[in-house]
Amino acid sequence: MTASRASIRREVRIRRSADELWEWVGDPSRLAEWWPGITACVVDGESRTITMGSGLPMPERLLTIDRLQRRFQYRITAPLFKEHTSTIDVHDLGDGTSLVVYSVDAEPSTMALVIGGAAGNALQHLRSLVEGTD
Amino acid sequence: MGRKILLVTTDQQRYDTLGCNGGTIARTPVVDALAASGIRYERAHPQSVVCMPSRSTILTGQHPTTHGVWMNGVPLPLDAPSVAALLNEAGYRTALIGKPHFQPFLDPFLRFIENSLGDETVPTGGSHRGFEHLEFATHGPVGPLHYARWLAAHHPEAIGMFYRVLDDQLQVNADGGGDTSAPQVHVNRVDRGWYHTDWVANRTISWLDSLGADDDWFCWMSFPDPHHPWDPPESEVGRINWRDVPLPAGYPEKQAEREAILDAKPRHWRMWYDGSLVSNYEAPARWVPATLTADQVREVNARNAVECELIDEAIGRVLRRIDERGWNDDVDVVFTTDHGELQGDFGLLFKGPYHVDALMRLPLIWRPAPSAGSAAASVTAPVGLVDLAPTFCTIAGLPTPEWMQGASLPTDDEDAAARGFERVLTEWDSELFGVDVHLRTITRAGWVLTTYRPGTVHNGTEGELYDLADDPLQRNNRWDDPACRGIRDDLVADLLASLPPARTPKLLLEAPV
Repeated sequence: MTASRASIRREVRIRRSADELWEWVGDPSRLAEWWPGITACVVDGESRTITMGSGLPMPERLLTIDRLQRRFQYRITAPLFKEHTSTIDVHDLGDGTSLVVYSVDAEPSTMALVIGGAAGNALQHLRSLVEGTD
Repeated sequence: MGRKILLVTTDQQRYDTLGCNGGTIARTPVVDALAASGIRYERAHPQSVVCMPSRSTILTGQHPTTHGVWMNGVPLPLDAPSVAALLNEAGYRTALIGKPHFQPFLDPFLRFIENSLGDETVPTGGSHRGFEHLEFATHGPVGPLHYARWLAAHHPEAIGMFYRVLDDQLQVNADGGGDTSAPQVHVNRVDRGWYHTDWVANRTISWLDSLGADDDWFCWMSFPDPHHPWDPPESEVGRINWRDVPLPAGYPEKQAEREAILDAKPRHWRMWYDGSLVSNYEAPARWVPATLTADQVREVNARNAVECELIDEAIGRVLRRIDERGWNDDVDVVFTTDHGELQGDFGLLFKGPYHVDALMRLPLIWRPAPSAGSAAASVTAPVGLVDLAPTFCTIAGLPTPEWMQGASLPTDDEDAAARGFERVLTEWDSELFGVDVHLRTITRAGWVLTTYRPGTVHNGTEGELYDLADDPLQRNNRWDDPACRGIRDDLVADLLASLPPARTPKLLLEAPV
């Protein structure tokens, strides 16, 4: 039987410092800058609402913005999701590069792959943006 | 003025659904007539048995391991080579009308061009993958594609009549309907003229009408049917009474026989049948094949045949319009599909990592332009969808570029022998929620051999080997038969030597489908 929930992980190594990447990833209002297909992003306290390219709004609750660990977590609260937590970690690799890891846990499982798949593309886009190869 | 090209593809259509291939349920006089005056291929295989990799092969003329679309959900890069681009650069007017699926459908962010055209039919920059006209449809009535937008604008009352392709968990829906509660069977009250099959033909005719009399053109007319859901317009379902439909030869009616056959195959076969393994997204995850009944097989096949008839009639309308334009003598028509459908074989439906004739043996007809003076023929040599792009180059008088990995289709068996059509390859790679399955298959000299790479339920030593002459239903796995050790070793060596190197880096899975 297929699991009703799923866990998806995507990562990218970027030739920039962890602090520089955290300026992008750790600011919840900047998501639309580096996630293709998100057309708007509005933060209101612990809530964030993104608008997808299809025009659908997606309400979210911000869970963790930890500058010291460089960890960002949020939860999608749209009714389609029975469960969701996404975690973005920025790891300093000690050689002037960083590893950005995007983890998605969700039920239904299909949505984990929809979000995780798009996140993988977004990480590639982030790399292009900050490395200046876009 | 040169030869024009009409490529007609369907989605998930079996070889034996055409009258010219021995089918007895659906009446397909239009395609049968093309076969009678053209070339009918008896052993045409896809290079993948799911949509996105297979369609990418048709467009690029490359194996999946090269173009990189290893499974549904992996988008074909925008800079991938395209035979449509070659033809367009050579002066051909080009269109893709119907189901594209080079990029994922499940795309709420509308990241992909195929989903974000809105009402536009001319892509930004003038062409997309070489197509200067795009009008898209898929199996359902909702979503961002042109057909769904047209239905919502003109016949919104029909949207709720169709089967809901995905359930509320966004899984492929397992709900059943009709008389037998078969999965993905549904009574659809939609007017026939509003159904996507006729819409695809209508839009094709409209585009053809926009062309000048002297234009050369390449039109890929891509029907979403007879892929499930099996929800053709109810007004047409009475054509075939499912109770009169014979069970297919590939369906072992006795449970014990069915399960013994499955047990002789690599274990993912039986695991899926029992509902203990879901390896891919394309079949309903909540449906257990062991529950499939003989009557459900009959009803699915009846409705599938109705969908095949509607496609045949739609093609007939397009061909009549081509004739009215005075083009018939100069038009090559190629009819095929992207992959097959299990449709009862071994007690299974839908598709997955199962490299047998149900999924791999495809209908393929090439009716060369009558002005070319080609003789009618049947070709028994193995060919692949990878050979289509080179064929279009040949028709257009263009050299086959080096990046294409196939060869122009043979016109008869003598031509096939002279040009070395000996083998055809098919690949499967899936990774879904921690379950991975990897198959590599070669079909050659009347044998089909599949090797398994290590994965979640395979250790890399498993295999399948079938003698297509003595065992056309592929029930007797000879992989471990000592008498077949020689042919097995020979085919494995040929397979390893023939597979192109894998693309690096591996493309990312970006969506379920």
